[in-house]
Amino acid sequence: MKPTMTNTPAAWIRSIGLIGPGMTDWPACAAILAGDAAWSSERTVLNAPEELPPAERRRAVRVVKLALGIGLQATSAAGMDPSELATVFSSSGGDGVNCHLICETLASDDRQISPTRFHNSVHNAAAGYWSIATGATAPSAVLCAFDGSFGAGLLEALAQIRFDGQPCLLLAYDADYPEPLRAARPIPDAFGVALLLTPERDAHSCGRLAVNLTDDAADTLADPALDTLRCSIPAARSLPLLAAIAARRSGRVVLDYLDHARLAVDYGA
Amino acid sequence: MHPLLISAYTASSCLGRGLEPLREAMLAGRSTLKPCDFETVSLPTWIGEVEGIDDQRLPASLARFDCRNNRLAQLGLLQDGFADTVREAMSRYGADRIGVFLGTSTSGILETELAYRRRAPDTGALPAGFNYAGTHNTFSLADFVQHWFGLKGPAAVVSSACSSSAKVFASAARMIASGLIDAALVGGVDSLCLTTLYGFNSLELTSSQACRPFDRARDGISIGEGAAFAMVEPAPASIPRDAILLLGYGESNDAYHMSSPHPEGRGARQAMDAALARSGLAARDIDYINLHGTATPSNDAAEGNAVKGLFGDATPCSSTKGATGHTLGAAGGIEAVIAALAIRNGFIPAGVGTTDPEEGLDYVLTTRRQAVRHVLSNSFGFGGTNCSLILGSPA
Repeated sequence: MKPTMTNTPAAWIRSIGLIGPGMTDWPACAAILAGDAAWSSERTVLNAPEELPPAERRRAVRVVKLALGIGLQATSAAGMDPSELATVFSSSGGDGVNCHLICETLASDDRQISPTRFHNSVHNAAAGYWSIATGATAPSAVLCAFDGSFGAGLLEALAQIRFDGQPCLLLAYDADYPEPLRAARPIPDAFGVALLLTPERDAHSCGRLAVNLTDDAADTLADPALDTLRCSIPAARSLPLLAAIAARRSGRVVLDYLDHARLAVDYGA
Repeated sequence: MHPLLISAYTASSCLGRGLEPLREAMLAGRSTLKPCDFETVSLPTWIGEVEGIDDQRLPASLARFDCRNNRLAQLGLLQDGFADTVREAMSRYGADRIGVFLGTSTSGILETELAYRRRAPDTGALPAGFNYAGTHNTFSLADFVQHWFGLKGPAAVVSSACSSSAKVFASAARMIASGLIDAALVGGVDSLCLTTLYGFNSLELTSSQACRPFDRARDGISIGEGAAFAMVEPAPASIPRDAILLLGYGESNDAYHMSSPHPEGRGARQAMDAALARSGLAARDIDYINLHGTATPSNDAAEGNAVKGLFGDATPCSSTKGATGHTLGAAGGIEAVIAALAIRNGFIPAGVGTTDPEEGLDYVLTTRRQAVRHVLSNSFGFGGTNCSLILGSPA
């Protein structure tokens, strides 16, 4: 791989939203990652946000609740109006329960699937519900790169910020699949992280990041339980970077991305 | 934005493999939609099927990717010398400096649908050999294409329903401008499966005959399948006169409803406005609009409102889905290729299947032979996601 370019895509981190097993929000996660609080792997709690109209709130599936939850945490922490924000949604897959029920129905004698189930099956369901909930008509990129989905989303968000010079909200999220799909895709629980990224520093920025591709191996977490979480849910591949942010520890962090490339993140607190 | 050179392109659909049958069908105003006979599907609807997908054999080393969608991807890559162009670009730029950004909506989910029929009666387990990552997962498409070529750069699948393979051009433009890559392989592949056929049927959005976009009697879509690929790279200082350029793109969200467009076409208008602004062109500079034109009553009405509001009735337009069917995640890519052919070969394609078009637009019913310099291509999808592309020839 060619040497690191001097002109790599970069942005400032304005705020963070996070929901995961035993982690209700970013401050709780930061305390765990900084070693100030113990972690217990309790099942992720997901609620549909009040911002959704009642009909949409009833229909919201797990990945939608997760994505909206982390996104609203990040915009609320930043005191920013989400309606103007460009977004990048990146996930390894759609809603597992919804997918399972569609495949089960299609394998049965009566193949009539419900219209709501079908429109919840699209990979951009969370982006659609987000725009309805927040009134955001700005563009959304909706990506998938299997276990490298966090990395793909981060690259897209940084490229957008470089190209358009506007803030961008990155939402990376994955939820569990039920059996029998779970045997083939063993994601045990839901985890999502939202990074509100800006082209310029402001008084509340919690660091700057710049990214390039590398051949180096991904960093691991010292705590074996947290490292298991990192490996078992694609969006949690972000944890080594989040640990650096939580500890305000400047330096180079290598994150998982594709088979042939990892992301070298240069983080400055 | 700086224009991007679309240095190679190809498309395969129910009209045939590669550019020549597509161009011939556009010039002749021909459709190859047919009553649905796919797999065990029993629905009163029409489809666009690509012939011979299951005759494709993937390389043994890539057996884990074997599914209808990736077979169709390989079939598409083998047309028009496209694979050779990619390999030539790899030798010029380096395998790690070329990104892969492809659109799909359902990827290889057909494999999972079939596997569910073969679940173990006692445990409910899926059959041995089922490979979720290689087939069902949406990233499987980009993963397969990267491995097929040995490309080592950034990769992602854009999966925003029917805007997917238009939006990959925008992702590629941003990634090239950010300096992470020098060129990108873009496009989209979507293949027939039970989820979309029964799903669109459940929404009462499928027609019982071949679809009739923008016809006053239109009553739904015909689902098709297809593969489209393009190489994009920065336009050189001296651009050949016959080059095809990506001049602009525009994206938006409706923020309205999951499966119905904003009735006034608010998001569609916003995407078209943004594409014009980015290209530095005015509405009068557009010679042809390739409409999203799915043929559902509400989609075409919303898009028609947006087009009338921005262009009036003076700009020739048509939907080519009457010929190809609605290829969902591949539609934006296939229609970008049709735009390139319209520019290169000098024609405005007829909207096949339509006989009594909505008033207020210059809706083209018979293919016109005339010079075309700038084409706007619309792709709108479920969840209210919109993308417009502008392709053109150099000044």
